[in-house]
Amino acid sequence: MRIYATYNIKGGVGKTTTAVNLAYLAATETGLRTVLWDLDPQGAASFMFRVKPRVKGGGRALIRGTRALDDAIKGTDFDNLDLIPADFTYRNMDLLLDSARNGGSGAPGGKPARKLSKLLAPLAAEYDAVFLDCPPSISLVSENVLHAADVIVVPLIPTTLSVRTLDQLTEFVSGFNGHRPDVVAFFSMVDRRKTLHRDITENLSSERKDVAATVIPALSLVEKMSVERAPVTVFAPRSSAARAYRALWSEIRARGD
Amino acid sequence: MTPGLAGFVAAGDDAATWDDVTVGVLAALEQGFTVVPEHSGAAGAARRRTWFDTFDWRLYRADLILSYESGHRGGELRLSNLSTPSSPSSPSSPASPTSLTRPISRARLTSLRNATPATAPAAPAATEIVQPVTGWQASRPHGPQDLPDGAIAARVARLLAPRVLLPMVTVATVTAVTKLLNEDGKIVARLRVERPVITGVAALPPRLTITEVRGYPGQARRAARIVSLVAGVLPATEPLFADALRVLGRRPGDYSNKVDAKITAGMPATEAVAAILLRLLDTIEANVPGTIRDLDTEFLHDLRVSVRRTRSALKLFGDVLTRPPAAKKNGLTEDDVARFAAEFKWVGDLTTPTRDLDVHLLDFEETAQTLRAAKPDDLEPFRAYLKQRRTKEYRALARGLRSPRFVSLLQNWRAALTKIQDNSKSAKAGTTARSGQSGRTAGETAGTLAAERTRRAFAKVAKRGVAITPASPHDSLHDLRKRCKELRYALEFFAPLYDPVAYGKVLSDLKRLQDCLGEFQDTEVQIGEIRGLATSMLAAGEAPAVTLLAMGEVTAGLAARQQLARADFERRFAAFADVDGQRRMSVLLRGGAA
Repeated sequence: MRIYATYNIKGGVGKTTTAVNLAYLAATETGLRTVLWDLDPQGAASFMFRVKPRVKGGGRALIRGTRALDDAIKGTDFDNLDLIPADFTYRNMDLLLDSARNGGSGAPGGKPARKLSKLLAPLAAEYDAVFLDCPPSISLVSENVLHAADVIVVPLIPTTLSVRTLDQLTEFVSGFNGHRPDVVAFFSMVDRRKTLHRDITENLSSERKDVAATVIPALSLVEKMSVERAPVTVFAPRSSAARAYRALWSEIRARGD
Repeated sequence: MTPGLAGFVAAGDDAATWDDVTVGVLAALEQGFTVVPEHSGAAGAARRRTWFDTFDWRLYRADLILSYESGHRGGELRLSNLSTPSSPSSPSSPASPTSLTRPISRARLTSLRNATPATAPAAPAATEIVQPVTGWQASRPHGPQDLPDGAIAARVARLLAPRVLLPMVTVATVTAVTKLLNEDGKIVARLRVERPVITGVAALPPRLTITEVRGYPGQARRAARIVSLVAGVLPATEPLFADALRVLGRRPGDYSNKVDAKITAGMPATEAVAAILLRLLDTIEANVPGTIRDLDTEFLHDLRVSVRRTRSALKLFGDVLTRPPAAKKNGLTEDDVARFAAEFKWVGDLTTPTRDLDVHLLDFEETAQTLRAAKPDDLEPFRAYLKQRRTKEYRALARGLRSPRFVSLLQNWRAALTKIQDNSKSAKAGTTARSGQSGRTAGETAGTLAAERTRRAFAKVAKRGVAITPASPHDSLHDLRKRCKELRYALEFFAPLYDPVAYGKVLSDLKRLQDCLGEFQDTEVQIGEIRGLATSMLAAGEAPAVTLLAMGEVTAGLAARQQLARADFERRFAAFADVDGQRRMSVLLRGGAA
């Protein structure tokens, strides 16, 4: 089982659309048994798959283990692709994860930063790929995600500040003991008409190994996902947006091989 | 809720009615869901599924169903439990009105694909095994060795041997899938409508299945409830292959080599005897095609057993068929019966050489493994010689079974027995009409005949067995074995008349005695045959010294087994025919004659 996490400290950079599209491609075109966990309390990924953002017992039950992660899984409308929905209580997940450190009742035993890894481990029997769609933050949740993931997929807006954020992330991850995830960034919401976008994407993609060559353009079809409530490949399979996500998925997979 | 059941079946006998039912189901579901046809995956695709079992339904009797489905990327074998769920693509399980098909968790499927008998979960829900297979032909018989290595072979190979798997029925199914959406437009369940057809024969009633989407069990239950309330929708109580077999005039488990003639204690003896002999004739006839095609060795074995039983029956109570007034009406004389008996002896003799060689070959591996001085490979020339002889003997057998003599024997025998049965029934009807009573039969009944003849057979066994001493010649034991067989058959023929508990006690002791006598005689016969074969091999220049030595060791092993059987005889006989054994037999026959 390979765990992919879409992560960025900033919001609105395309984490959820990336997670939704890549998970869909992994499941339906690569044929991997896939599950996407919508960790963002806003529940955008759940919304895209038309699944109600609700988990019985909330995040507490999952973190405490009183409800198995397996029980929370919902089948999506697509073969091979399941979803663990968001829940509004995920907004308190930091506290739940942290309570282990304080000897509280939140996360019994283990290090708080590794709790998510432990929760995900049993899914290995059932799934080939797990996608984690993270909320935008630096928190114990994101630290858990970074520890659990094999590949961190980082959507970047083509700005100088975004690049700085990537460096910070890479440095943070390189300090991990033992398992260290691969970091793969890519430029998202790229507007080719903007000189700055063109310069940054072309230069960094060629200069840095951790930046994918594929860029995801700013396209209205990607925006339309929230209207169609489906991955872009479903309602516009031959569009440039669909082609871009296929290329990105192919590049990410190739790096893992 | 029982998970994973097949669902529903449309009532009615014609396509128009079935269409009305499915339209009604969709209309009902529209009241609770948004209903949208699904155009991908299995929807609209035709698939052909063939069910396999042995001629004597060994899988079905073990609560198993094996089917094969060809696909674009090779075929797939599926082994499932008859009484437990199977996946939507194998709608072969009984259902309850609110049943639905639950998706099997991927972990479970994975574990099943890799399962072996040692690791396979014992829980009934875990008994569906799906395995890809290449080179499997749906229209041909397949031996256990044709099964691909893996969980299915591990589960059934031993159960099947030495039988082959035969294609029992093939059904082509077109499936239409309808998505059931909730208010968010999310698929929460599916309706599968499968329209099965036996190509060129008949269409079968459509099967309707509600399949669950993971995480939405409540919605699937709701859909199943809605479907169950639609007029013309019935719970699918039988697997699809049972439906298909019924159309072909068959049913699962419809062959058995048991003598289960429908007789009662009060029926005229003549009619009962004819019914028993007709049942035996059915079994003989059922096994002729498989024997001629040489599908597996059990066809010949069952044919031989039924012929032997027929001969024993004629010996035990063949005279009943010739008694006046039956003889007058039926036209069977003692000479006729004697002629039929002689003809069945001819059939028995015709089949003996092939069967004897089959026994050697079936036991070959086991025998080779018991060698201590010789190596198993030393026996290979012997095996080759056995096969060669078997091929020759089988040709003679097949010629005999195709011969006009054999064909007319079966035809004449059936005609004679049917006439006896019909006359007996009409005579009974006439008696009833005249006397105004029913259920009473003039003359000897099956009950009195059974008691008298079985008692007589038992008396013979008891008398001859008691006379056997450690100094008695082998022939006395061989003769006792024949008498025991007659007694066994007599008991089995009239089994429906007896108390099952008393019958079971008598039969189990008799079986043990027969096993002992069988071992004693069979080992002797085999020793003689091996000696004869060794001589033939030597004469043909096909007997290497090591092979002859190994064959010698085999005969020594057989001789040791024979001695053990001989030493066990007194104990076995006493257990069956001592005072307690006689009392048990007496109790049985008193109850049977009632």
